[in-house]
Formats: sequence, C-alpha cells, structure tokens
Amino acid sequence: MTSFILRRLAVAIPTILALIVISFILMYSAPGTPFTTERALPPEVMANLEAKYGLDQPFLVQLWRYVSGVVFAFDFGPSFLYKDRSVADIIRQGFPVTLTYGFWSFVVAAVVGITLGVLAAIYHNSWLDYLAVGVTVGAQVLPNFVMAPILVLVFTLWLGWLPGGGWQGGAWPYLVMPVIALSTSYMASIARLTRSSMLETLNANFIRTARAKGLPMRRVVIRHALKPALLPVISYLGPTFVGMITGSVVIDIYFSTGGIGMFLVNAAFNRDYSIIMGITILTGVLTILFNLAVDVIYAWIDPKIRL
Amino acid sequence: MLTRSILTLTATGLFLSTAAPLFAAGTHPVTGEPLADNQDFTYRLLDEFKTLDPQLNEETVGFHVIRDIFEGLMNQDENGQLVPGVATGYEASNGNKTYTFTLRQDAKWSNGDPVTAHDFVYGWQRAVNPETASPYGWYLELTSITNAAKILAGEAAPDTLGVRAVDDYTLEVTLEQPLPYFPAMTTYATLFPAHKATIEAHGAEWTRPENIVSNGAYKLTEHVVGEYHVREKSDTYWDADNVILEKVTGLVINDANQALTRYLAGEIDYMDDLPPGQFPALKADYPDEATSVPRLCSYYYAFNFTDSGNPALQDVNVRKALSMAIDRDVIVEQVLKGGQTGAYNFAHPATAGFTMPDIDYGTWTQAERDAKAKELMAEAGVDALKLKLIYNTSESHKQIATVVSQMWKQKLGVETELANFEWKTYLDIRGNQEFDVARSAWCGDYNEASTFLDLVTTTHGANDGKYSNARVDELMAESKTTDNPQPLYTEVEQILADEMAIAPIYHYANTFMLKDDIEGWPLNNVENNWYSKNHYRVATE
Repeated sequence: MTSFILRRLAVAIPTILALIVISFILMYSAPGTPFTTERALPPEVMANLEAKYGLDQPFLVQLWRYVSGVVFAFDFGPSFLYKDRSVADIIRQGFPVTLTYGFWSFVVAAVVGITLGVLAAIYHNSWLDYLAVGVTVGAQVLPNFVMAPILVLVFTLWLGWLPGGGWQGGAWPYLVMPVIALSTSYMASIARLTRSSMLETLNANFIRTARAKGLPMRRVVIRHALKPALLPVISYLGPTFVGMITGSVVIDIYFSTGGIGMFLVNAAFNRDYSIIMGITILTGVLTILFNLAVDVIYAWIDPKIRL
Repeated sequence: MLTRSILTLTATGLFLSTAAPLFAAGTHPVTGEPLADNQDFTYRLLDEFKTLDPQLNEETVGFHVIRDIFEGLMNQDENGQLVPGVATGYEASNGNKTYTFTLRQDAKWSNGDPVTAHDFVYGWQRAVNPETASPYGWYLELTSITNAAKILAGEAAPDTLGVRAVDDYTLEVTLEQPLPYFPAMTTYATLFPAHKATIEAHGAEWTRPENIVSNGAYKLTEHVVGEYHVREKSDTYWDADNVILEKVTGLVINDANQALTRYLAGEIDYMDDLPPGQFPALKADYPDEATSVPRLCSYYYAFNFTDSGNPALQDVNVRKALSMAIDRDVIVEQVLKGGQTGAYNFAHPATAGFTMPDIDYGTWTQAERDAKAKELMAEAGVDALKLKLIYNTSESHKQIATVVSQMWKQKLGVETELANFEWKTYLDIRGNQEFDVARSAWCGDYNEASTFLDLVTTTHGANDGKYSNARVDELMAESKTTDNPQPLYTEVEQILADEMAIAPIYHYANTFMLKDDIEGWPLNNVENNWYSKNHYRVATE
C-alpha cells in the first residue's frame, strides 16, 4: 500500500509539471495580453508594463522563471489584475471560501443522495421510490444557475429569511443558499447512482442467501449490501469532491461569495496569467491527491482490489 | 497674457464650511431637510476594482472609490462643474500654458500629515515614471504637461516633469501646448496626490486598508477582494463637518438580475447597469427609484478603411448607405429601452460646452434615409456586398448587430456575417483590422468634446478603423490651442458625416435604481461622477 502511494506520488510530479507547461503555452497563445485595452497603449507605456512583469523576455525564459519560482520558492508571483495582491493572497482568501461551501455541499449531496438512493432501492416500486426518482429527476434538470436566482427570489425577496449573497467569513445564513444550489444536482446524481447500484446488489445471490438465512432486512442492507453497492458511487464521489472544493463559478457569481471560481474566470477574461496558473496548479494537485484517495478507499472497501 | 481666476469657487467652499454646525441638529446644513439616523449607504459593484492606487487606476469602478478616499485639486459638483478640492482656485497664464493652483492649508492626509503641493508633484511624477508602469500614464501625455511623453519613453528623468511646488501650498504646472480645459482634467484619479512615505514603506501593498493613507472624505476600512469593501467617513478631511453619509459599502454582485433582486429586497441602495430591457417595467413599478440620465459615451460602428477591409467600404456612398439604413429609433426604443438617444454625430450631446452640429441626414425621416440609402447603393454599383461585422460578446451588442444586419439585408441586400469574441480577443482582432465593420464605443475621459473627436484623428490609439483625414487632424490640433474650439468641432463633425467615417448609432444613457430617501445624487453630471460626501439619507415617516 505504502509503495503504491509513493509510486503514485512520484508519477504526480511530472504530471503537474506537464500541466504547468501546457497551461502556460495555452495561456500565452490566447489573443490579447493582460494590458490589452480599448485605447491601444502608447508603445512606451506598454514597454514599461511588459518590463515590470517580465513579459518582454523570450517565452522560454518566462516559462523557466515561472516554473523555477513555483518549484524552488513556492512563489506564484503577483496578480496582474489586483495590484495590491499576490496570487498567494488571492488563493489564501478565496480557497477557504470555496472549500467551506464545497465541503458542506459535498456532505449534503452525499448523505442525502445515498440515503435517498438506498431507500428508493429497498422500497423499489413503492411510492417512496417514485417520490425519490421524481425528486432526483427534478433536481437534475434544474441546473444551479437556474436554482440560484430562484432561491434568492424566494428566501431573500419574498420571505426575507436569508441574505441574498456575500460571505461574511462563512456565517451560516450566507452558507445556506450556496450549499443548496451547489449540492442539489450532485445529490440527484448520487441518489440515482446509489439506487441502481443498490438494486443490482439486492438482487445478487449473496444477498438472497443472507435473506434466506433469515437475517433482518436492516442488517442485510447495512452489513452486506451497502459496501458493494457504494463502490461505483465512491468512484463518482472522488472527482465530485474535487470539483466542488475547487470552485464553482456559478455559485461565486450568483452569491458573490468571493471564492476561487470567480477569480479563475475573471483571470481568464483579463489574461491574469499568474492567477490562472496558480488556480490551475491548485486544482491539478487536488485532483491528483483525491484520485489517489479514492483508489485507497476502494482497496479498503473491496478486498478483491489489490494495490 | 490671459489670466483667469476662479474666485467663485473659493466662495462656495467658504459658504459650506461656515454652515457646518446646523448639521448636528439632524437637518441638512443647506436644504434643512430632516436627516435619517441611519447614514449608511450600500451600492453594487459589477466587478471588483483592480486597484485603489490613483496613479494606476484605469477603470470607472475603481475611480468611484478613489474619488471618495482621495481628493485632487478640483472636484465636480452635481452638474459636473468644477468646484474646489484640495485647491481653492487657480490662475492660468502664459496663454493657457501655465497653471498655478493655490492649495488649501487645512487639507490633511488620514494620518494627520498636511496635504502639500509636494504630494501632487510626487503623485504626478510617479504616474509617468517608467518604474511605476502605470497603464494610465498616457493620461498625462493627454494633458500635455511638459516632458510627460519623454519621461514615459525613458528619455527624460521623472523630475523634469512640468510640475513644481513653488511652496507648500502653491503648485505650478507647465504645459507644452495651451490647454483651456486642463483644470477639468485634474478631477481624474491619475492627477491625485500620493503619500510618498506610505508608498515607499509598503510598496504595491500600500492600498490595503491596514496600510493606506489617503486624503479624501472617506477612508478605506475593509476590503475583501471579490466580495465587498467599506469606506468610512474620515475625521481628518478638511470639510468633514459637512460630510453626512457615515459609511459606504460596495458589494461585488456580478449578475445584474441577482443585484436587482437584492436591491428590491432592500439590501442595496443603488445599482446601475440595470439588466437590459428591464428599464421601462422598473420605471412603471418604481417611478421614484428607476432613473435614466445621459452618460458621456457614444456607440458606433467603425468601418475598416485599410486594405484588409472590404474594398467597397472605400466608397463613401456605400458607407453612407450602410449608416442611413440603420433605423436608430428601433434600436433605442425597441432594443435598448433605457433612455438612450439615436446618434447621427459622434460627440455626446450632453458634453459640456458642445453645440450639436446640424447633420442633415439626422433631421430626415427614416423613410427618407432608407430611400437615400438605396439610391446611394445603386450609385455605388456594388453587387452582392458581404460584410463581416464583429462585436464583443454581450446580449445587447448581439441584439443590435442582429437588428442592423436585418436592416442592411432588407433595405440594401447586404449580407452580413456576424462574429462575436470575448473582450480581449475582440480588442486584438479589432486592433489588427480583421473586420469590415466593428462594434465600438467611446466614453469621455473628461467632459470636453475633444475626448470624442480626437479618436478620429490618424494616430489615436482607439481609431481601429484607421480613418484618416488631414483636415480633421489639423482641426483637432488647432482646437487644443484656441479659446473657442466649437466651430472647429462643428467642422470636424461635418466632415465625419460627409465622409461617414463611422456610423454613429446611439448616445448612452445610464439607467439605475436609487432608493428614494437618498438625496444629493448628481443627476446632471454626465460623467456620472458621484461623490459620497455630497449624498445624504433623509428621514422618512
């Protein structure tokens, strides 16, 4: 197991380097620069700006400076966009926000989704099943950019219960709507995945044997069916978790939460090279780590899988 | 030698300071209106500002904040007219090539230091210093301050800039060209003072709330990038006794509909850039809150005059036909619906001191224009014209481009290929003349017609159609040095119309929602430059 983890981590390093280089090339091939403005800047002003940010250097020099800065000094550079902030400042401020609402959305999506899926499978073809299927289909066809304005309309304008946006350090009234909006469609996917997987498992021979031996349904489900039924769900949860904690543009834009999703999009539109790179690397590293975590959990749940 | 004094300016300032004590009683010092206990004001920012450094700022959203926390030599009043800021007045001499500003002695930085002429000298030198690398350094070139261009190009030292502290409270500015509207240009952030010790101590981070030293009516107290910022009344401001709003909060809300919902829920007091097309409905439901005012910007289609453009566009008749076939009334009344006005000339009609030229086709009916357009097109003898019309990605640009392409097709049989790009890509493509017709707009950098008309001169950085006319260049150069540039502007507009250098489409309006208990909003300031120190919340029963 340990050697497996070490091996995977060793592979991760060239992967991340490749990610940096490819992102860097793609970013520089996009038309325009951070300093492209409607009024073309006088050449002397442009020259000063490029010199200040090192954009006057040849591409390979810029790439080397960037990579060596990140690798040796963990320095992601200053933001082109926000003049008094560095990339580290932006991530330090935005990532905890995203992590908080992403984490709670994940918990809600996983707990509600799995519970709903399991219940729907156990009470297959009953009213509970139909209700669960109905709710999940409904939740899935309602994307978060539709859901977000509806939530604000209901809870802020009509009921006056919750603030329509902002973050305020993550106080719970500011957390409720982002979590609902972000978790709903994931919850629906998890519920549907759990339900079909559970149904399959419940029809398997070893479950029939367990039931035939007279074990109570509750025990059969929890002790015997849940683990194998959750395997496909877990492979879905890994990337989902990374997706949720690395920023949702929609949540940030509709709820003004100030998470990294918004920063990434703004940076892309404004060609803020250093923020784009910083957030890309963060997302890349997290994706690699959580994929590894999923593999480890897999092996723990299913002894047939040997690492 | 021409000498002008602005004595009335000083008089206004004196009046306000003597009237101060009345405000303590809970009524407005001038109007006597009862004031609300709550003097907090919250507004919506479409996007986070990029900087609060006056010399680095290049955006409107940042300028709204900078104007509150810093103060330049002159301010604007609710009509956009000049009123004293740190300067109590100025004198022009040497044929408008030298300006001497007298500074008030009670102006203070938020750390208690006096604001002196040296702070302006430092700020202005900083703006052109290549090391500062300000994207707005060109603004000083525009003011034609002596040596600005050379310093930016690294050919002269920053301390050779044409600005000098005669003593602590006298600032002398020398220009390379006479510029009658120079004092008006000092209301923009680039020409604000800067606190040297703070900038040297904190570097790029000097504008953070914990570091910043500023000289305006408010000081920055909180700032969470991408979420909100707070500015609170500054006790050290020279006119603090007359500042009524205690706290101004700016919330970043990217989505216009979401912002509107939150406005209606009472979370914010002011938002502009209303969702497209919603103004008439809002005006009907909230007549006291929904407002449309002229905004100093003009929307136009640029024709590509270079070889990369469709050769047919070289023919003035084709350009005229295309422009005349655009029904501006449909665009402003059916598409935009926010109080914009159809345009047949370039400079915005609300520009200070600008008299609208008589553009003949502007006075015709659309039927007459359409008939003329068809006639001109026939005369040009162009068959099966196909044009590439580019615009930056936005719902309203798309609607306008679609409507215009329909008009061209129906009236002139012109086929239009529409292409949209996100902003930076768009600027790149437009700047490289990879188009036939390009959606464009220009907003005044200052409130004088040259801010628009300079754009059609040969060398202007935003003249992406590469229109060039020697007479226009000559007239615009001459306008800088004359006391009465209006006849020159009229001639330029006339040439633009005769040659149809661009197809003007509409003049902007700013639509906004403002709670009806907020008073003092500068509705007649066409640059929409608002100063929170002039606003107040009245008590409502």
